[in-house]
Amino acid sequence: MTKVYESEDGSAASRPDPDRPSRKAVSLRGASSPAALVRATPGPAFDLTFDGRTITALPGQSIAAALWAAGILSWRTTRAGGEPRGAFCGIGACYDCLATVNGRPNQRACLVAARPGDAITTQEGTGHADLAV
Amino acid sequence: MVPKRHSLDAVIVGAGVVGAACAYYAGRSGLRVAVVDRGPVAGGTTGAGEGNLLVSDKEAGPELDLALLSTRLWRDLAHVLPPEIEYEPKGGLVVAPDEAALTALRAFAEEQRKAGVRAREIAPDRLYDLEPHLAPGLAGGFLYPQDAQVQPAQAAAQLLRAARQFGAEVHLDQEVKDVLTGPDGRVRGVRTPQGDLLAPAVVNAAGTWGGEVAALAGTSLPVLPRRGFVLVTEPLPRLVRHKVYAADYIADVASGSAALQSSAVVEGTAAGPVLIGATRERVGFDRALSTEALRRLAAQAAALFPVLTGVRAIRTYHGFRPYLPDHLPAIGPDPRVPGLLHACGHEGAGIGLAPATGLLLASALRGERTALDLRPFRPDRFAGEEHDGEYERGAGR
Repeated sequence: MTKVYESEDGSAASRPDPDRPSRKAVSLRGASSPAALVRATPGPAFDLTFDGRTITALPGQSIAAALWAAGILSWRTTRAGGEPRGAFCGIGACYDCLATVNGRPNQRACLVAARPGDAITTQEGTGHADLAV
Repeated sequence: MVPKRHSLDAVIVGAGVVGAACAYYAGRSGLRVAVVDRGPVAGGTTGAGEGNLLVSDKEAGPELDLALLSTRLWRDLAHVLPPEIEYEPKGGLVVAPDEAALTALRAFAEEQRKAGVRAREIAPDRLYDLEPHLAPGLAGGFLYPQDAQVQPAQAAAQLLRAARQFGAEVHLDQEVKDVLTGPDGRVRGVRTPQGDLLAPAVVNAAGTWGGEVAALAGTSLPVLPRRGFVLVTEPLPRLVRHKVYAADYIADVASGSAALQSSAVVEGTAAGPVLIGATRERVGFDRALSTEALRRLAAQAAALFPVLTGVRAIRTYHGFRPYLPDHLPAIGPDPRVPGLLHACGHEGAGIGLAPATGLLLASALRGERTALDLRPFRPDRFAGEEHDGEYERGAGR
């Protein structure tokens, strides 16, 4: 069973409505948001899914950033103990943030840019359990 | 250096798996030894290997006898050393792509059987019971249950740790600059920048750099580097159960050609990644990445296991096998320099052959009868032979 860990405020009320940008995605463009601080003018938000649930991302955002913005902190379980893992170093060095992206496991979520329609799924272990003999 | 309270019986040059095994068996027999290496444990070819303990790829003869003895010793060591050595008696599966290869393999296996190897022919339709992901259309194969695997760097480190419990000293990051000899020409120790290590015997276990140590002792050993690449996949569940390779690997191992040769040897590891060896080429100590070598490895592995086309290779490593012209190691006393012994030149089989080498060397140090005849491994058997100049290029790593 996949355990999805969320931030403390990841209550049902703050989860994004599939039909409109989430509060968090909107807040990225708020007055004190990182985007505002660097005077970024990203294009319109788009949808992707995480384990079937719709979240939004901005053009140029990494998958890890989009997941964090949606309050999702874990998207992988370890091979040995099934422990939850998400982004750790955030710069592609630690390989902790591996996710399955459009069916392909072992993608570093902190490096792969989110694209419209991406299907991100929690990676369990190697992500290749179907190959075991 | 602090003066030694106890005198040493031998100094072993090299903290790879062979040096570690020499220290282990010498220490176990009651000898007091010191291991000295210019780098870390397993810093040379040992750390660049796959950990193959193979009898399957060796034709009947002295190297196979050494491998069979080692197979038994590794099984014993697996009970003595901690599980970190990842000893897996997984067996080897050699597959033949066509009838001609199968016929050759059958004859090869028959000779091996006479020498004590266990080999069982596997009908083509049964191959997939053993390895469900194997490519279709293979003519057949042979299962070699004695083939096994260890994690080579761990194996060397744990052998050294066990040797220390027998009283062995280990001096790392200390480069042997000279082999000391007395007025009678006998070896009396080694010199490092940190001081002298005095002993009546010096064991050259410097692997691919064994020629340099021989030269320091005033003699010669024509060890040549034979480069090999290994491809590493992303971690996978158990996908390959045995060591699996195509029959043409055996011809590659036995070849003396300098040109690039490759034949895929595929195996899973305890940690998950699948290792894909092995290329062989004589290019001196050139550490440059060869995309051609890697391309061939990947293509050959995918031909054996089509499932691998869907997984990623995440890294590669390479090393330099210590190659002697007749593909046999040099083991035992060097009659040209009293007190000098060699335990090097095992080419790509050093992990597998290390325990037998260590056991034989310990007996030789004690002046006792050795478990195998050392004559085929005589270090002076190349004396007077010309070698092709590649060795001179091979300074340093």
